[in-house]
Amino acid sequence: MDFLAAVFMTPFGNMWSNPEFVLEVVIGGLLSGVMYSLVALGFVLIYKASGVFNFAQGTMVLFAALTFVGLIERGLPIWGAFLIAIAVMVLLAVAIERLMLRPLVNQEQIILFMATIGLAFFLEGFGQLVWGGDVHPLDIGIPKAPFIVGGVLINEFDLVAAAVAGSLVAGLALFFQRTAVGRALRAVADDHQAAQSVGIPLRSIWVIVWSVAGVVGLVAGIMWGSKLGVQFSISLVALKALPVLILGGFTSVPGAIIGGLIVGVGEKVAEVFWGPAFGGAIEDWFAYALALVFLLFRPHGLFGERIIERV
Amino acid sequence: MRRIGDPVLTTDRITLTFGGVTALNEISVKIRHHEILAIIGPNGAGKTSMLNVINGFYYPQSGSITWKGETRSRMRPYHAAAQGIARTFQNVALFRGMTTLDNIMTGRLLRMRRNFLWQALYLGPAQKEELAHRAHAERIIDFLEIQAIRKTPVGRLPYGLQKRVELGRALAMEPELLLLDEPMAGMNVEEKEDMCRFILDINDEFGTTIALIEHDMGVVMDISDRVVVLDYGRKIADGPPDEIRASAEVIAAYLGEPDQGEVRAASAPARRSAAT
Repeated sequence: MDFLAAVFMTPFGNMWSNPEFVLEVVIGGLLSGVMYSLVALGFVLIYKASGVFNFAQGTMVLFAALTFVGLIERGLPIWGAFLIAIAVMVLLAVAIERLMLRPLVNQEQIILFMATIGLAFFLEGFGQLVWGGDVHPLDIGIPKAPFIVGGVLINEFDLVAAAVAGSLVAGLALFFQRTAVGRALRAVADDHQAAQSVGIPLRSIWVIVWSVAGVVGLVAGIMWGSKLGVQFSISLVALKALPVLILGGFTSVPGAIIGGLIVGVGEKVAEVFWGPAFGGAIEDWFAYALALVFLLFRPHGLFGERIIERV
Repeated sequence: MRRIGDPVLTTDRITLTFGGVTALNEISVKIRHHEILAIIGPNGAGKTSMLNVINGFYYPQSGSITWKGETRSRMRPYHAAAQGIARTFQNVALFRGMTTLDNIMTGRLLRMRRNFLWQALYLGPAQKEELAHRAHAERIIDFLEIQAIRKTPVGRLPYGLQKRVELGRALAMEPELLLLDEPMAGMNVEEKEDMCRFILDINDEFGTTIALIEHDMGVVMDISDRVVVLDYGRKIADGPPDEIRASAEVIAAYLGEPDQGEVRAASAPARRSAAT
């Protein structure tokens, strides 16, 4: 009886009695959700264009952040480090296309997926070999002081991160839907052979998506890195992107965004109001439980392409 | 008046093997400017392999291909497309998640200025260019009479319309040579008639050279200028439809040896086989 009350009564009572606090939790959730969206976006880009679930996306985030922070530690200015890190991610994309995708063209998806697992291990080892395995603190000058608006406490850093992620996401969504290159990317995602038959150069397209995914990873890595310090655990943030993708659908850029926001808000609200009923720490698993529910009832996600086979 | 000219594409003793299977055995074919060439043959004869070699999906082990005066041992899909060879597929290969209009617009990609950065930013000239290509795509949509489904994702369309959209995408490339792999498979009579009309109009109005694979002998005999017959990877006949209809070897390929049964006019049993 106590448990039922703690699940079905108390949380709503608490919410009712303190609406400003609810708002604060929701805003905090939205802001951290944008960060999840950012990581999920890297997955969606590659999945759309090459049909590959890129297991290495998390390590690409780590690798990009390590490169960035490593360059700064060697005395480069932030912008210099940022540009060089972008160049490194583009080079990485070229190498991946050349050494991994090209020999495996027209293979089963599962084989490409296995190849990305290998890539993840390689990047993890290589990144730490070059830049060292310590925790690298990262401060790119975003103020971290919280401030209060209308009785709601907001963390300034989260706000900046959300603005950066939001504009990146908006730009990419436009790019995919509106431009000829975006159309070519979507075409490649749908059917490799047909795309080749209209003369879309598969190889350049792959280099472009992996580069974009690398740059998105770099931005995500810098944001997470300035929050937590650049360390191995950043690559695990990618695991949080999984439920985001299941919610939003693997093929949808807007889906990745909204999925990220739902997971961000959901886990914060669940932790604060339902946490006590379960003895706390439900923030860690709430997203996965939500993903399970989605897999049962809406496996293509909120915005994914529903696959209808004519028999 | 249509005038059939010199060969635009010549294959010289193309041989293609998969492991121990010889899909194409020393095939030499000429495709002449402005003609409609039909490639026929029983299942597994190598017809689709032939198209795949021509547009660069398959690399033949020996032989050469001459396209527009340039001889090479194999085509590459990108070069084939860039140099005016478009195609459709036996099992419709459209971009299912995209609308009819977007599918047709992909056919314009090679015609756009190759400046990816402008395109990516969708600024100024790129935007203007996009509009010009959009107008071209709309003309193709009008030509193929598919205005009503412009904004429909093609995955939802019935099969016959999907084939038409696929033809539209190939047409958007303004090809010189159009390869059609069973353009009428799985269609009902009206749809087939429409498709025949489109093929003849494309050939007539745009002067496009067409090579098509088709099983419906009625259609083949009606619309083609010349017929090439493949059987087990060999070319067994090549000539105008009337000649093919009377060829003993072609009849044998479709029906088995003449002495095993009564032989009727070639077209009748062939029509029957198309109906199955």
